[in-house]
Amino acid sequence: MKNKKHTEKRQNPFTVIVQKEISDQVRSLRFLILLAIIVLTCTGAMYTALTNIAGSVKPNDPEGSFFFLKLFTISDGTMPSFLVFITFLGPVLGICMGFDAINSERNRGTLSFMLAQPIPRDYLINAKFTAAFIVISILLFALGFLTTGLGLIIVGIPPTVDEFFRIVLFLLIACVYVAFWLNLSILLSVQCKQAATSALAAIAIWLFFSVFYNMLVNLIAKGIAPSEFASANQMVYFQRFVLDLLRVDPAHLFNEATSALLIPSVRSLGPLTMEQMVGSLPTPLSLGQSLAVVWPQLTGLIAATVICFALSYVSFMRREIRSR
Amino acid sequence: MKEPIIEITGLTKKYGNFTAVDHLNLTIRKGEVFGLLGPNGAGKSTTILMLLGLTEPTEGSVSVCGFNSASQPIQVKKMAGYLPENVGFYEDRTGFDNLVYTAKLNGFTSKQAEEQAWDVLKRVGMTNEAKKLTGKYSRGMRQRLGLANVLIKNPQVIILDEPTLGLDPSGIRELLDLIVQLSREDGITVLFSSHHLHQVQRVCDRVGLFVKGKLLDEGDIQSLSKRLFADKPVIITIGSDSFPQRLQSADFSKLEKRLKEIESINAINIVDERLVLTCSSDVTAEIAKLFVTFDYPLNHLVKREYGLDDIYNLYFEGGVKNEE
Repeated sequence: MKNKKHTEKRQNPFTVIVQKEISDQVRSLRFLILLAIIVLTCTGAMYTALTNIAGSVKPNDPEGSFFFLKLFTISDGTMPSFLVFITFLGPVLGICMGFDAINSERNRGTLSFMLAQPIPRDYLINAKFTAAFIVISILLFALGFLTTGLGLIIVGIPPTVDEFFRIVLFLLIACVYVAFWLNLSILLSVQCKQAATSALAAIAIWLFFSVFYNMLVNLIAKGIAPSEFASANQMVYFQRFVLDLLRVDPAHLFNEATSALLIPSVRSLGPLTMEQMVGSLPTPLSLGQSLAVVWPQLTGLIAATVICFALSYVSFMRREIRSR
Repeated sequence: MKEPIIEITGLTKKYGNFTAVDHLNLTIRKGEVFGLLGPNGAGKSTTILMLLGLTEPTEGSVSVCGFNSASQPIQVKKMAGYLPENVGFYEDRTGFDNLVYTAKLNGFTSKQAEEQAWDVLKRVGMTNEAKKLTGKYSRGMRQRLGLANVLIKNPQVIILDEPTLGLDPSGIRELLDLIVQLSREDGITVLFSSHHLHQVQRVCDRVGLFVKGKLLDEGDIQSLSKRLFADKPVIITIGSDSFPQRLQSADFSKLEKRLKEIESINAINIVDERLVLTCSSDVTAEIAKLFVTFDYPLNHLVKREYGLDDIYNLYFEGGVKNEE
C-alpha cells in the first residue's frame, strides 16, 4: 500500500497498442455484427447436432467411443455442422478484422502520428496482428468450449481426455486458419490505399477459393484424367496431383486437418492403395497418429499464415509514410 | 542558449531522378523558433520526415539533440515532438483518451499519463473540450489537440509541419502565439514549416527560405531581405498638398536642382502628381528636410523597401507552381 505509486508498472508501448487495438476491435460495430452471426449459426449447428446425435451412434461403430466429437461434425442436412460454419465464416471474421488495419490509419492521419512516437515501427503492425489474433482466439475457444459445455449438460457424458485434446487442437487450427485470412487482409491493407479496395480484394480472394477454385480444379482434372485402363500408378499420380492442386486452397487444408482430428477413423488424407489397406484394423487412430496424419496440412497452413504476415511486414517497414 | 540542437549536413533525398532535397545544410540552436519557408513541393515535409528518421536520407546526415536521425530514430523521437500536416486522431475516442494513449506510448504509467494529459490540456486551453470525441472537433481544436499531443512527452524540440493549414486568421494567430509562448516558457526549440510568409515572420526568430530542395538563405527576415535585395534601389515617393499648383513653378525647379545635388539620387520622376525618387541608398531624412525648408507641406512620404512581399513574389509565385 505504501509503495503504490512506485509499484504501478510502466507498460511496454507494445502492450499499450495491443490493448487499444483490442478495445477498438471489440467495440466496432462490424465485429459485433459478425459475432452475432457466428454465435447464432453455431448455436444452430449445435442444436441440429444434439438432436441427431442419438441416431448417429451405431452399434459396432469404431468411432463409438468418440461420439463427443460428433457434436462438431454431424448434421442432419438442414443445417451445416459447426466445422462447416467455421470453415465458411472464419475467413470472413479474419478479413473483417484486418482489412483496414493499416490503410485506415493512414487515411485518418493517425499513422504518421503513431510513427512519430518513440516506438519501433514494427510495433504497430505486430500489435495489430496480435490484438486481432487474441480476439479471434478468445472468440473461437469460447465458442468451442461453450459447445462442449452445452453438449456435456445435454448429453451427460463427459468427453475423454483424448477427445478434449482433439477439440483443443481443432480450435487451435481454426485460429491459425482465421489468422491466415487475417494476415492476408492485413497484407492487402498495407498495399491498398483505400480500405474499401482492400476489403473487396480480400473478399474476392475468399470467393475465388470457396466457389471457383474447386470448379477450376475439376476442369483441370477432367482435362488430364487418365483413361480408365491406365495403370494403378498413373491413377495414383493423377489423384495426388488433383489433391495437391486442391491443397492450394487454405480452406481445403483446414478441412483435411480438422476432419482427421475430429474423425479419428480417418487414416490418410491421400489416396490409399489396397495393399496399404490390407491387414489394417478398422480402429480409430490415437491422437498422436491423427496428428501425424495432419502434420503436413498444419505446417502448410501455418506457413501460409507466416508468409502473408512476412510480406505485409516487409512492405510496411519499407513504405515511406507521408501524412495523408 | 547557443548550442546547436538540430544539425543538418549535406542532406539529400532523391526519389528516382527527382531530387526533393538537395545538399541541405542547416543548424538550429536551442530555444530558437525557426520557420522553414517555401512553396508547396519545395521539400519541407521531406526534410522534416528525415529529421525524425521517418524516411532515410539518400546522402548526408541529420542529428537532433545529438542523436543521428537515421540510425537512432527512437532516441530522436523521444526528444522531438512532431505534429504532422493534417494530423488525425482516433475519432471514436475523446481528446483526453487520445492524449493518454500518446503519453502511455511515451512510457508514462496510466496515472502519470492522466495527470500529464490534464496538464497539457490546460496549457493549450482545451480543458472544456477534453471529454468530447475528437471526431466532433473543429479544425482549430484539432490543431490545438495536436499541439497538446506533441507537448505531452515533454519534448526539447517540436517540429510542426504546416500547423496553420486550413485555419482562419484568428485561429492562426492564436495557434502561433501559443506555440511561441510555450517555446519561451519552457525553452523548447520550435521548427515549423509553412508557405505563409506573413505568419512566419511574426513569430520566428529566424527563417530558412526553401525552394526546389535548396536552402536559398537563412536568417531573420530583415537581414534576409537586406541580403537578398542588396543591390536593389530604394524608391522614395513624396506627395504634397501644394504639388498640383507648384509643380510647374520656379521654386520647384530650385528644389529639383537641390535634390539632384544629393549624390545617391539617381532619377527623379513625376508620377500622378507625386515625386518618385530612385536612390541607391536611404536618404529619406535629407529629402524630407529639403522639402520642409522649401515649405512644401508633406502629406505622403513612403520609402519602398524590399520586404516579405517581394521575397514572396520572387520565389513563391514566380517559382515552383505546383499547388495541390
